[in-house]
Amino acid sequence: MAATAQKRSAWSVIWDYLTTVDHKKIAILYLMGGGFFFLLGGLEAMLIRIQLAVPNNDFLSAGMFNQVITMHGTTMIFLAAMPLLIAFMNAVVPLQIGARDVAFPFLNALGFWVFFFGGVFLNLSWFLGGAPDAGWTSYASLAIDSPGHGVDFYALGLQITGAGTLMTGINFVTTIITMRAPGMTFMRMPLMTWTTLVAAVLIVFAFPPLTIALFLLIFDRMFGSNFFIVEAGGNTIIWEHFFWIFGHPEVYILILPAFGIFSEIFSIFARKRLFGYSSMVFATVLIGFFGFMVWAHHMFTTGLGATANAIFGVATMAIAIPTGIKIFNWILTIWGGSIKFTTPMLYALAFIPSFTMGGVTGIMLATVPADYQFHDTYFVVAHFHYVIVGGTVFAILAGLHLYWPLMFNTMLNERLGKWTFWLFFTGFHLTFLIQHWLGLWGMPRRVFTYLDGQGYNLANMVSTIGAVLMAVATLILAYNIVMTIVRNERVGKDPWGDGRTLEWSLPLPVPYYNFAQIPLIRGLDAYQIEKEENNGEMIPSEPLDDFHMPNNSFIPFVMSFGLFVTGFGALYFASGKDWAINAVSNMPVHDWALYVLIAGLAITFISMGVRSWKDDLGYYVKKEELERDLAALEEERGAN
Amino acid sequence: MRNRFKNTKLVGLMTFMLVFLAACGQPELSTLIPAGEVGQEQFDLMMLSVAIMTLVVVVVVIMFTIAVVKSRRSKLGEDFKPKQVAGNHTLEVIWTTIPIILIIILAIPTVYLVFKQADVSSAISQDGQIAEDEIVINVRAYQYWWEFEYPNEGVVTSQDLVVPTDTQVYFTLQGTDVKHSFWIPAAGGKLDTNIDGINHFYLVFDDDKAQEADRLFYGKCAELCGPSHALMDFKVNALPMDEYNQWLADMKTMEEPLEASADDAIEGQEIFNNSCIACHAVSQGGNAGAPGPNLTNFGDRHLIAGYLEHNEENLKAWISDPESLKPGNLMSGTYDLTEEEIEKVAAYLMELSVKEGSGDVSEIEALRESGSEDEDTEEGGEE
Repeated sequence: MAATAQKRSAWSVIWDYLTTVDHKKIAILYLMGGGFFFLLGGLEAMLIRIQLAVPNNDFLSAGMFNQVITMHGTTMIFLAAMPLLIAFMNAVVPLQIGARDVAFPFLNALGFWVFFFGGVFLNLSWFLGGAPDAGWTSYASLAIDSPGHGVDFYALGLQITGAGTLMTGINFVTTIITMRAPGMTFMRMPLMTWTTLVAAVLIVFAFPPLTIALFLLIFDRMFGSNFFIVEAGGNTIIWEHFFWIFGHPEVYILILPAFGIFSEIFSIFARKRLFGYSSMVFATVLIGFFGFMVWAHHMFTTGLGATANAIFGVATMAIAIPTGIKIFNWILTIWGGSIKFTTPMLYALAFIPSFTMGGVTGIMLATVPADYQFHDTYFVVAHFHYVIVGGTVFAILAGLHLYWPLMFNTMLNERLGKWTFWLFFTGFHLTFLIQHWLGLWGMPRRVFTYLDGQGYNLANMVSTIGAVLMAVATLILAYNIVMTIVRNERVGKDPWGDGRTLEWSLPLPVPYYNFAQIPLIRGLDAYQIEKEENNGEMIPSEPLDDFHMPNNSFIPFVMSFGLFVTGFGALYFASGKDWAINAVSNMPVHDWALYVLIAGLAITFISMGVRSWKDDLGYYVKKEELERDLAALEEERGAN
Repeated sequence: MRNRFKNTKLVGLMTFMLVFLAACGQPELSTLIPAGEVGQEQFDLMMLSVAIMTLVVVVVVIMFTIAVVKSRRSKLGEDFKPKQVAGNHTLEVIWTTIPIILIIILAIPTVYLVFKQADVSSAISQDGQIAEDEIVINVRAYQYWWEFEYPNEGVVTSQDLVVPTDTQVYFTLQGTDVKHSFWIPAAGGKLDTNIDGINHFYLVFDDDKAQEADRLFYGKCAELCGPSHALMDFKVNALPMDEYNQWLADMKTMEEPLEASADDAIEGQEIFNNSCIACHAVSQGGNAGAPGPNLTNFGDRHLIAGYLEHNEENLKAWISDPESLKPGNLMSGTYDLTEEEIEKVAAYLMELSVKEGSGDVSEIEALRESGSEDEDTEEGGEE
């Protein structure tokens, strides 16, 4: 309380966020970073839809269009959707399991800054000779062929940002396994925590293949190796395997936390415990497990042969079973409940039919011979936007409204929230439903234009109009956020009134140490149990005493900045070197690049050294301070 | 009265057909109007999956709607306390078993067709040997154009693919620079042209379906391959077997380049021979795999640069500034011609026509001889 009451200079606030290791502030950083990139990716989406609104359009040139689609996909997946989900993981999971922070707070901060600098590095390509243009999948033959440094920005930028994500994955696996409050067994963990755990495990196993693939690509393009260069004995199909061994689990990394958020929402706003909790947990784990065995369904037309195609086709269909279990469990959760149509609940309800449609087209794509027709057409574009927008983006928007009070102690305006929802929902279906047919009528994806007279004109115009509605919805959301911050109307503990899990038992704003005393967990929906049996008071599992907290640190920022600098050094070092690939070797030589490379690595390694050799023992939160805070809370409650 | 009623019915039928056809796309390029066996099988599988999936969506939406409508708090009142249900074993068994059954129903034809459609053994052996009596076409994909070689007949062409109807047409597919994907939506699914190895598959073009599409199907590149990926279209000219054989025989007569006749075309030929012939062959004398498209029958083709209407205006525009029409193509900047020269080259190229019926078809027919019986029985089987 004392901290917020003080008047603080802008600089001290900024410095606080630059050095913070508090998961709640890192969540806000992720929300801002991911939100910024979400707007950027949305802008790119609008450029795509403007270009495709009419046939033979020249709003964007062919080369520019390829840059825009590449950056739209890459930005939305790596820099918007994942970080925004990680924002909610950071904001909610430690509170939900009764921890004072994540297992590795320093690593948490490092993960954010590495992600952020990687994203900035990637996007600076727009101003430094052109963005990557080989698609977000950057299939090797085209990526090797792509002239200029665009693909180098892609490879290095994703390498840096991917390292950040990997750190976050490791952190959450450790946190959830080791830091649960007494009594919170695995089978009492809220679904949001479960899905975060499975997604984090997926990150740990899925990102290394991407890291390796990107290194091979970097070596090929900049250091004269031949992994993907066919004339020299390389093989480009290997890239496809690497990419999709990462890429398929990646879509589950995006959707599982979304399932978690929706599970929480259904429970809260239907006032009912989750139906079939244990089968939900089982289904989540199964989806994560299957996620690693179906990557080749992205490659049915690559020519892997009938046996491989048949096996991967059937394996893919099998994923429908656990996903179906989830859908029916959610329906049965609201069945017989008491539904309140809040903004988060609207998104959650809209998610069920929308995601089901995306799911069934997924099964259609698994019917291999039919996929020969669907593959690389607008049918696929429609399918994955139905699952990613209808699933992940709906979850992000729902989570934003649901967890906003937990993060900021204010409430987003519900009326504006519902406007956003209806516009976004309508725009989404208008944009993507018709694209299924465009694909079936023979329109390939990733085309910068289409000719008149093929029957594509009307459908594309409809699609663009839908996109405009989504853009308007996003603007209303932005206005809502700004007005909420300006009005700054404080809400109190359990602002939705029906919170069931531990995070809603905390006073708002949440104290920087989260729990003065770690609570005892007596079952699933821990807070709900105490509401019914103990007047909403959590039972402490420990006496009030001093406890240890980590110090803030500027080192994560510096360490990440070093990698950012290194990226530029490595990128320009290859320019004009005759052993680099043609696309890079005929660029002007930059003599300074080597020094930049060395300087960047030096910054990172020196800061790693400082971190290793200079002991940072943290500090203790004193019993007296806790008593003061608790007394203040008591007084506040009395006043109310 | 009766007549009016009939008319209403007719109008109704027409409207229905119009909507239906609009939902199916256009016969020359829609996957929903399959033009042959392969496309038809894929379409049938699609419809089976659509039927199953519609069932799933309908069940989910009905359950969902009932749940939402019945459980509104505005209806139940603020004080209604929902019964807390942990789960239901029977229900969970039901909604696990039914999807498994549905998936088995879908998986069986899927697996069967995967193996069936991958079987090219009657034309192409394991080690890539091509049967001489089968229709085999080698497709090579280049940055933004297609080369079609008929290895059994020794004919090479580009951009306009000519295929026979009512028989299996086998393709070998290869990319030369980057990965492309060979797709004729009406005839069947796509297959990638990798640069690492050769892919094989077959398609069938029904003659009556070909007639509906004016014997010209659209082909497209379906894998992002650079800036002009969207413009990497081609045409598929599906001819009855005898006309197809005649076309091959005619092409084979062009062992030497055609001599230009008009004055400016004669001059154009000379310019062409100085500036263009290093990449573009204009005869069947050479091999497949040249840096630029083979132009032997250029005057007979349907498109300029794969996507523009076939006329001299477009041809001149293409030669004078290919970059503006197909960004990133490899022809830009490889020659330096004045406007006058371009006009002459264009005149020459438009003359490059193969005379119909000029070739001796008996040689080609002899080639088909050993396999002709099989084809007959297959045709009989289809009818």
